[in-house]
Amino acid sequence: MRQVAILGAGMIPFGRRDEDSLVDMLSYASLAAIDDAGVGDRPIDAVYVGNMAAGLFNHQSSVASALVDRINLLPAAADSVENGPASGGSALKNGILAVASGYYDLVLVAAGEKMRDVIGPVATDVVATMTHPLAEYIYGATLPSMAAMFARLYMEKYGVTPKHLAQVAIKNQENGLLNPYAHIHMKITLEGILTSPHSVVNNPIVADPLRLYDCCPVSDGAAACLLCPADMVANVAADADKPRVVVAGFGQATDTHTLQERQDPTDLKAVTLAAQQAFERAKLTPQDIDVAELHDAFTILEIAESEHAGFFDKGEGAKALEEGQTRIGGKLPINPSGGLKARGHPVGATGVAQVVELVWQLRGDAGERQVKGAEKGFSINFGGFGNNVVAFVLRRES
Amino acid sequence: MNLELEALLRPPESRMPPYPPKVITLATGKKMVVRQVTREDVPTILKAVRPTLDIPRDYYDVVGARTYAELLGWYRYRVRDHYCLIGQVNGILVGQVNGRMYTPEIGMSYHTLAIERGLRIGAHLFAAKMEYHLKYLGQSDVWITAESPIGFRRWMIEYNLTPKEGVQHELGGASFYVLTRELWEASKPRLCVGDRPVPPELLSLAESEIKIANEDTITEQILGAKRRQIR
Repeated sequence: MRQVAILGAGMIPFGRRDEDSLVDMLSYASLAAIDDAGVGDRPIDAVYVGNMAAGLFNHQSSVASALVDRINLLPAAADSVENGPASGGSALKNGILAVASGYYDLVLVAAGEKMRDVIGPVATDVVATMTHPLAEYIYGATLPSMAAMFARLYMEKYGVTPKHLAQVAIKNQENGLLNPYAHIHMKITLEGILTSPHSVVNNPIVADPLRLYDCCPVSDGAAACLLCPADMVANVAADADKPRVVVAGFGQATDTHTLQERQDPTDLKAVTLAAQQAFERAKLTPQDIDVAELHDAFTILEIAESEHAGFFDKGEGAKALEEGQTRIGGKLPINPSGGLKARGHPVGATGVAQVVELVWQLRGDAGERQVKGAEKGFSINFGGFGNNVVAFVLRRES
Repeated sequence: MNLELEALLRPPESRMPPYPPKVITLATGKKMVVRQVTREDVPTILKAVRPTLDIPRDYYDVVGARTYAELLGWYRYRVRDHYCLIGQVNGILVGQVNGRMYTPEIGMSYHTLAIERGLRIGAHLFAAKMEYHLKYLGQSDVWITAESPIGFRRWMIEYNLTPKEGVQHELGGASFYVLTRELWEASKPRLCVGDRPVPPELLSLAESEIKIANEDTITEQILGAKRRQIR
């Protein structure tokens, strides 16, 4: 297997982008990644596009075919990859395998979602189609409701409090203020969202115990990476001196479709297994990681994933958060981009957006939110309610 | 001005008890003072409303144009028993709500216009408007319609309003709904907040001047996009 480098990374600002179609957004992000790679007009062999539900959100299918034609990459091989909110991670994994196997040299991975074409309740319903149709969906299960049940159990078992959840939101929205690509640019306070009696309106319950600010926004957005074999970088990149980021390892694991079938619903086994695979492949441990992008679609998930990925012992994630270990400047900055909470969560785009952020961090290109000296990064892209998880470990080559 | 004719054109005014100011802590931790303004404040408020006329997003143009007309109509003595409440943060106008006393028993809700978005300012101000009608004017019902999907979700769904048929809301022939005292009492604990009295320093800052953000800032806030020099 060949080692794979991420030669180019591109993203568009997430948010509500009324003026752009899904393919517009994928095109902008792809062209940004191709420009960043500096490969000029060199033909791209294959394109993988991560997208969860364009058919439902935008009445469009075969987005990969549309993208290659729009940005003139014909006759590149093109595949759309759907894996719920882990669609981006799965598309990237497929792109990495295609390069690693030696079959393709230059591979574009783009991922995007345009969710704001529909109103909020419809977006929530579309996302809920990933739940079990007979055991969950028909009873009204939505992702916020499942996250709420998970949060309640996690709180009871590990002593996580509403204040911890609010601290995740506050931290990530602070980080988002430093990220020009973030959907949400607003500093919030503990008083404003939790301790003031007025917070009942500012931060209403969405699904008890989760409140508005415990949930990521519904966003439009796209991100892209251009991959090539690490040993070809010098031949294809215009700027061969640019810091080189390689995929040190990845992992993917699945769990039961329904939450109720898990022996312990607070145990995110697929996160643990995907992370272990990624670390083993990278020959690294969680302690080697300098910066992490975790899938905080709900604040509780940042805490739980930080434990299941091996960064903290079970029940210690909230304590680490409280101590400031996960802030920029802390021992392990988590979600310096603002995470899904502030950067936004265009579902299919997220897995690639996380990796784009890590590439920028490892190159030292992350601006005001730069984690000093970051050389190794980690991401978790969480599909379903933890039933299909993709993890990546990236490393900057010296 | 023909004063005799003008006197005929002006509606009679009823006595309306004042709305006591309150202060609300927003999600940002900033304090929003909610208070009633007078007819003389209208020209200043219109400066914040005018930029919305060119913003079709979320029907700001429609809501802004109609709000502009209502406030101007009040200023020029053409709307009877009208009131306007505003929200100010550090003296800056962040939103307005208006309406009028249709009869002693029935309130007519006009418009809610949030200049700064993402902080539930519209929700807070709408609740203040309902509080004015039901608590301070002592009315039994408020008639409410919506001209945007956001308004429909905020008012009709969040307050679980009752549809009204057979009569017409003053804003036109669209479907309209009623907030009854019973519904208000049920909704109030989760939707209406605020502290009284307002600390003197906050109130005097708010009352000393209604500051208006510049037009670009207002437009940027409403569009919710800084469009940050990145495609």
